[in-house]
Amino acid sequence: MKKRIQHYTPVNYAKNNTLKIITFIFLVILYLPIINLIIFSFNDSKRNIVWRGFTSKYYEKLFENEMLFLAFSNSMTIAITSTIISTFLGITTAIALWKFNFYLKKYYDVALLFPIIIPEICMGISMLVFFNYINWPNFQLWPFTLSSVIIAHVSFIFPFVAIIIRARLSMLNNEILEAGQDLGASKYQVIRKIIIPFMSPALVASALLAFTLSLDDFVVTFFTSGPNSVTLPVKIYSMVRFGISPEINAISTLLILIIIICTYFAIRFLSKSNREFMK
Amino acid sequence: MSYGQKVDIIDIDYNWSLINYARATDGVYFITLFKSLIISLITTFLCLLIAIPVAFYISFSSVRVKSILLVSILLPLWTNLLIRTYSLIALLRTKGHINNALENLWESANYLLSFFRLANHNFIGESFTPLSLMHNNFSVIFGLIYIYVPFMIIPIYLVLEKIDRNILEASYDLGANHKITFFKIIMPNISVGITSGIILVFIPCLGSFIIPELLGGADSQMIGNIIERQFKSANDWPFGSALSFILIYITIIILGVRYVYSKLYSRLYQKGVS
Repeated sequence: MKKRIQHYTPVNYAKNNTLKIITFIFLVILYLPIINLIIFSFNDSKRNIVWRGFTSKYYEKLFENEMLFLAFSNSMTIAITSTIISTFLGITTAIALWKFNFYLKKYYDVALLFPIIIPEICMGISMLVFFNYINWPNFQLWPFTLSSVIIAHVSFIFPFVAIIIRARLSMLNNEILEAGQDLGASKYQVIRKIIIPFMSPALVASALLAFTLSLDDFVVTFFTSGPNSVTLPVKIYSMVRFGISPEINAISTLLILIIIICTYFAIRFLSKSNREFMK
Repeated sequence: MSYGQKVDIIDIDYNWSLINYARATDGVYFITLFKSLIISLITTFLCLLIAIPVAFYISFSSVRVKSILLVSILLPLWTNLLIRTYSLIALLRTKGHINNALENLWESANYLLSFFRLANHNFIGESFTPLSLMHNNFSVIFGLIYIYVPFMIIPIYLVLEKIDRNILEASYDLGANHKITFFKIIMPNISVGITSGIILVFIPCLGSFIIPELLGGADSQMIGNIIERQFKSANDWPFGSALSFILIYITIIILGVRYVYSKLYSRLYQKGVS
């Protein structure tokens, strides 16, 4: 067996006990509320203060609750649609910024970052004012009631997608494209056979990221959604304002689970794309 | 829209008046704006205090531990902001878990004292009074720190990774102690990470409204709450837009200051090298 020899140097701060304790306490405080939330979703008590035994009846209650189901299906529809649209927009933006030089490109870069930087509440309000100003029609038919929320989501999600894909594209060697064109590929073929396979890991990762961002978003949805387009976080918010109940814990636990699964796959695809580059 | 004026319940007159901005800078609104600036500043400062040791520990630990720690810090970022704020309520409220634990502690301490026949002397108070942890400024700041501290840790960690460890060893070789090494060598090197961390924490803190709404009380309202109320219940959209534009101006000013600062910094650095 190989024995690792560790020289003790003052630089090795990992051996420092104070730092260790601070980090430990920090992690405990970071996770205590979330774990507490998950545990108490199984609590058999309406007021949810003291532990009164295991039950899964609040989960069963969730599946019977029609309003919650509606909110959930709204959330899913919004998330899937805005993921598709913002991924498409993000790809085109990333390719445009990477491939072409155009007038005011530098400022376009900054403008792309703007929706990410400004406080979320400003984003939500500007969307609300915008829809009001152009008199966005108030649809009554189901999928169209979600249109304003979808547009709002796309407008703040696609910069994230564009940035991730652009980072990946900057690794692509320009000579490969030229070689492809030398060998007789048309412009369309170059995109289909070289660019898209190259950026596919980043594509999947950013699509998953877009999905979680859309599913998670509360502030922008809160301002743009009407009574016909209640999403899951907005529904949770209105439930929280009425007080604490194990039902909220249960629905939150489910949402956390979905998001953790999505993030797990996103991280895996991203690290795969980075590892390929290292080779 | 922020230059318009409300004339009717639903009609808005767009007449380029500055009256909403004037309203935003006097009286209670100005105090709230000032207060949210102060709260965000305190939060940012405390986040910095927490983030530096944690980032230090992460960047100096072994590869395996490092990846576990990084994932465990990133994971809460992906769970919903609303859910995390809600999960804090269960801990902090008057009959919440922290107060329950403290009460148990008090009772057992009292029980222990009664063994020594000291219980009657009331050393630790006559009876347990729950701490008021909710609906005040403390809970708002605690919630903000809880939500935004990962945004501070990650940039600091990223710049700490880039510091050459040999420089630190050289510093110790030349007889500097921990304190001198930290302030003379590490601080200048991680200042870039600290500034971006400050921006990443300060700007969302200023605009947050869920946390003060759910955790805060009447005296801990922030500017986000007022903006939200102008749109959702007070129905004074021009004034709300004016307030949110003030927020955007503050954001732009902060970013501008940072840009100038980084330009100056790099120029100084180049002079030093040549």
